[in-house]
Amino acid sequence: MSQAHSQSSGAPILHGAGVLREVEPAVLPRPKLVENDRSFAWITDKVMGIIEGPTPRWWWWSMAVAVFVASFTVMGLAYLVSTGTGTWGLANPVNWGWAIVNFVFWIGIGHAGTLISAILCLLRQKWRTSVNRAAEAMTIFAVVCAGLFPVFHTGRVWFALYPGFLFPFPNSNGIWPNFHSPLEWDVFAISTYGTVSALFWYVGLLPDLATARDRFFVAGRMMRAKIYGFFAMGWRGSNRHWSNYEMAYLLLAGLSTPLVLSVHTIVSFDFAVSLVPGWHTTIFPPYFVAGAIFSGFGMVLTLMLPLRSIYRMNDLITQYHIDCMCKITLATGTMVGYAYAMEFFIAWYSANPFEGFAFINRAFGHYAWAYWTMISCNVITPQLFWFRKVRENTALVWVLSIFVNVGMWFERFVITVTSLARDFLPSSWGYYSPTVVDIFTYFGTFGVFSVLFLLFVRFVPLMAVAEIKAVTPQADAHAGHGHGEAHH
Amino acid sequence: MSKIFPKSANALPLQIVLFLAVAGTVATAAVTYWVTPKYTRVGYAPTQPVPFDHALHAGQLGINCVYCHTNVEKSEHSNVPSTSTCMACHSIIKKDSPLLAPVRASFETGAPVPWVRIHKAPDYVYFNHAVHVNRGVSCVECHGKVNEMQVVKHDQPQSMSWCLDCHRNPELRIRDSKDVYNLDSETLAAQGRLEEAIARVHDWKIKPPQSCSGCHR
Repeated sequence: MSQAHSQSSGAPILHGAGVLREVEPAVLPRPKLVENDRSFAWITDKVMGIIEGPTPRWWWWSMAVAVFVASFTVMGLAYLVSTGTGTWGLANPVNWGWAIVNFVFWIGIGHAGTLISAILCLLRQKWRTSVNRAAEAMTIFAVVCAGLFPVFHTGRVWFALYPGFLFPFPNSNGIWPNFHSPLEWDVFAISTYGTVSALFWYVGLLPDLATARDRFFVAGRMMRAKIYGFFAMGWRGSNRHWSNYEMAYLLLAGLSTPLVLSVHTIVSFDFAVSLVPGWHTTIFPPYFVAGAIFSGFGMVLTLMLPLRSIYRMNDLITQYHIDCMCKITLATGTMVGYAYAMEFFIAWYSANPFEGFAFINRAFGHYAWAYWTMISCNVITPQLFWFRKVRENTALVWVLSIFVNVGMWFERFVITVTSLARDFLPSSWGYYSPTVVDIFTYFGTFGVFSVLFLLFVRFVPLMAVAEIKAVTPQADAHAGHGHGEAHH
Repeated sequence: MSKIFPKSANALPLQIVLFLAVAGTVATAAVTYWVTPKYTRVGYAPTQPVPFDHALHAGQLGINCVYCHTNVEKSEHSNVPSTSTCMACHSIIKKDSPLLAPVRASFETGAPVPWVRIHKAPDYVYFNHAVHVNRGVSCVECHGKVNEMQVVKHDQPQSMSWCLDCHRNPELRIRDSKDVYNLDSETLAAQGRLEEAIARVHDWKIKPPQSCSGCHR
């Protein structure tokens, strides 16, 4: 490739006149993050146009469907609270069922947002700028959906808010939550996660909210100017504002980075700290984190690809962006596949008959259908992303991303239910099936999530306008010098 | 952006933070004071159908608690006496008092006097009177100085933390067996006999449960 390289291979010509005075490394073309040389104004108009324009018809239809679907969760939860937790399909020996499956599923989905906003920010992966806003919104809404399950599984939900039950506050019961329990660690992990994600999202929004405010003001739409202005908290884009903003953003990125790993680690402790065969394994934390990021990117793709096509944002979410996301999905999906294999290996290698049985039972027992659904969706599907042709077929990527979501739900189902249904005591073995209340509640969370996401799409700038401008070629002060980077 | 917001809006963030801080403090203080059993239960003294005077019966006359609440040593439930217990005396003493008309009516018809309940453990709490009094926990610990009450009132908060205060340190609350129904007596610890109390907790195997299922069965 490079001339310098070929000449340094020990040939005598090195000592002759043909030696290069300077080694010129090969210039690898960096993929453009905004295509077609779009101007700053075009980017602003494109993104702000979504919230400024009239509400599109598809939005109303989608909203109607989303609200309808969300009503299933409302019905399920109302029935649960009014009747009791017995309406869920939990019964000995399977006392953890769909509720925790759905909880882990939704929490996992959120992880892509945090990874994009925190780790990719620290690693200066500039392609994050056009997907981070939506991914962070997805994180927050996923945490909302996830939170419903642990809160409502208490039955009398108002107790969940009592001091001393979930959160450790002094109370007239004289008790504290059980700090030995990973479920209590979960309370801290998830609430920290929700708080930091919301803060991160909001801080990143400030410049764009100010842009919205100014544009509505110029357009004479004072009501909206005031609302966006209120949330923009007086952002004027001064140097001092930007300097504080960059620092705050960096600090939040630093704060969230451990969260990407810690939250799902602690969620995995819910299982791993117990002694149930199939749960009690040290591989769980990394395996869960990889799975979470895997499912999260699946969901990002599921959400962003339709938006990209509806709003014709191909110049902002380019094929390179899709490639990057597909590759992360591929990498994490492969890790998950490795973890599945390693679980089997350790079950055999440990020579623990209970452990061995748990895994044989997973693959060939009563829940084999769930296990093989999981394997086909999580292990086989992502491998298709090795192929450029697949990654370039947007419709196919979208379909595969749905498979990822399905597979990751089944993973949690397989882990939770198969181990409990066949525990140490054969006399108490059972088969778990969800009730219609379980199904309603879970089905409806997709509506809850969609309602929130649709509101986000309609009323919040979908992409970080200010940050996208910074990664355009014209923002590069050293453009034309080959490997220049934008500095401020 | 002074065209959208007045200058005073600059103070808004600080004002909001201050407001939330003050509102949070006030709400916490208000809940702590008004929404805990110390306030919601203590002092409850309903008007009873018969103005039975504990200060007279248990205090002045010195009738032992167990004379009327006969099952307290044997049962988890400390019973309110039946009308016949009242009539054991009141068929002779003050037998024509108009205040006792409901008692006489109850005696004739067999319908119990509709006493208004004052102390009620929630249905999810298992409480056993016998276990407590037989281990040296006096009535006064939970019910206050009933021997001085003309009208019985809810004397102690009887919140869970209040239960646990004693369950965690039983040696501070127990008495001599002979003092259990003597509401003017003092605990062993208050008499300076803490060593004795600790020995008693050990010898009598006083192991008040602190696990959830001890009381929430």
